Amino acid sequence: MNFRNFIEELKGRMSLSKTLIPTDGESDEEYVFREYKVARHSKIIFFAVFIVVFFILLGYKITLGEYDISFFDVYETLWKHITGTIDQSSIVERMNDNVVWEQRLPRVLTAIIVGIGLASAGAAMQSMMKNPLADPYTTGISSGALFGATLAMTLGIYIIGGFYGRVLNAFICALIPAVFIIFLSRWKKPSPAMMILVGIAIMYIFNAFQSYMMLRADPNAASTVYTWSVGSIGMTTWEQIPIIAVVAIFGFFALFLMTRTLNALNSGDSYAKSLGINVDRVRILCLILISVIAAGIVSFTGIIGFIGLVSPHIARIFVGSDNRILLPTAALLGACMMLICDIIGFLIIGATLQIGIVTAMIGGPIFMLILIAQQKEVW
Amino acid sequence: MVVKIEAKDLGVCYGDIRIWKDINLEMMEPGLIGILGPNGVGKSTFMYTLNKILEPTEGHVYLDGQDIKEMDYKDVAKIIAYVPQRSNETFSMSVLDTVLMGRYPISGFTTTEEDVKVAIRCLKIMGITDLAMRNFNELSAGQHQNVMIARGLAQEPKILMLDEPTSNLDVYHQLYVMKLLRDVAKENGIIVLVICHDLNIASRFSDRIILLSKGKIVADGPASEVMTSQNIKDVYGIDADVMEVDGRPYIVYHADENMGIGNNTAYQNATEFQNREKGVVKKKKKLFGKSE
Repeated sequence: MNFRNFIEELKGRMSLSKTLIPTDGESDEEYVFREYKVARHSKIIFFAVFIVVFFILLGYKITLGEYDISFFDVYETLWKHITGTIDQSSIVERMNDNVVWEQRLPRVLTAIIVGIGLASAGAAMQSMMKNPLADPYTTGISSGALFGATLAMTLGIYIIGGFYGRVLNAFICALIPAVFIIFLSRWKKPSPAMMILVGIAIMYIFNAFQSYMMLRADPNAASTVYTWSVGSIGMTTWEQIPIIAVVAIFGFFALFLMTRTLNALNSGDSYAKSLGINVDRVRILCLILISVIAAGIVSFTGIIGFIGLVSPHIARIFVGSDNRILLPTAALLGACMMLICDIIGFLIIGATLQIGIVTAMIGGPIFMLILIAQQKEVW
Repeated sequence: MVVKIEAKDLGVCYGDIRIWKDINLEMMEPGLIGILGPNGVGKSTFMYTLNKILEPTEGHVYLDGQDIKEMDYKDVAKIIAYVPQRSNETFSMSVLDTVLMGRYPISGFTTTEEDVKVAIRCLKIMGITDLAMRNFNELSAGQHQNVMIARGLAQEPKILMLDEPTSNLDVYHQLYVMKLLRDVAKENGIIVLVICHDLNIASRFSDRIILLSKGKIVADGPASEVMTSQNIKDVYGIDADVMEVDGRPYIVYHADENMGIGNNTAYQNATEFQNREKGVVKKKKKLFGKSE
């Protein structure tokens, strides 16, 4: 079975786009009702399967490294740490605990949080803007963050000092495009396409300033900025994880509550209004949420491309475009993709490879493969 | 219970262009109401203002005496359902999910079994249960239209508004849909408002016809009163004979050999109206003021 058949088979299983012809005496209504139920359940099963895949990837990722630890020991150690039953007298257990919990888990958790945050922001943004190209980056948020961080690192312009100074700078500058678009929508009602064009224009402006600062900056500072800008998840510590987690997870749930509204927005503004949706308000709220998620993530980890763009599309192929199931699936796939990229990066080159490079190197070809393998148009 | 809808001194401008003004209208009887008029006369715009999609430049719309300006979008949606002429979905869902969208004002975030059953019943009414699990974007224009009508019915509104629901349908479905809408209106005691271009189909099924032209209502009443040779000549600039078929007016057009857009007096007058109004609006417009 080749890849294309495999996808078609899966789609058939999930009743994505097929003609229904009832058999053996069942009434049309009952038959359609049953088919609908089956389709919904298969989507939930798909989701459940990916949760299992996710935990396998999670465990496997933690086993990778200099210190040898088996897959099952990883979960045993995690369980013992969470329940507080680590045997302090056993050197092996304490070693395991230290490696798993202190050294490897922060990186893995960051990967997961980034995956969830970027993918759900991407999925929501694509529906909101009715544009398959939309993701947190095409609205200028990433370049804003990069600009803010560069400002801190090369010119020493901080709002507060230390590591958080850089993060705060990045965060504030990342919100500039969002604030601009929100003001724009108050003053003049922009179309979704216009929002993206404005985002791209802002992106170029930020990039220009950024390049100028990099050229003028001291090479060491420029190098630090560059390393950060390609996206890394290895620098986060236990202190920072709660901050990113709160932003991403809160954002995810807030967006999840808006998913049915997003479905309606997808059918056009006037129809959404006739369904009782205050389109302008919803769009602004959505934009704020997405900006906060993306800005929060980018300011800690740098630019990790492709996850926000690709995971919603992959999820869409399998579960369809109902945002209520699409958003969680995209988030889960985003987390899985981050883990896979990190694993591949480690296996090929070693733990020091910046994940932003791997996501683009692997995400790009996979995305193209899926697009080409598609027989029918999904978007 | 029929919800009364009332338009008072309604007027709309798009930027500098005046569409129509001083529209006064009451709809209080359940039944099928057809809105007719030449292209660009503002039929869709009229529908938009009635269901709060577009805020009118002047005037008010009342639903059971309540100004829709002061009503929440949600409350309007519980009363009025709108079926657009075309759909432009970027990411389409299955047909059944699309129809279930119509249940949004009633059920909010969750979809109950009841919702699914209502949606399936609406598919059944439109005869498209076999399409239930097909992707909406893969369907033909006519099938799209059937799905969207089903979606409007699924909303179980007090007032149903359809923008050219039959424009992409074959003859059988055109007649079937109009008859269905008339029956839905009668059975549920609701107002069904339909924009239509086919004078014969509108005459055949409408309980009332509103004829728009040159920025105002030219005629309003039962088909037999509105569909006269004189009205058709005035509004569309066509010579037509009105006969009676099955107790309804039936219009036969005479295509003149000299037909040309340039010598159609009805259309010339329409643009004259818009140009004349242009000047008036410009003077009223404030600097940086909202011009919509």
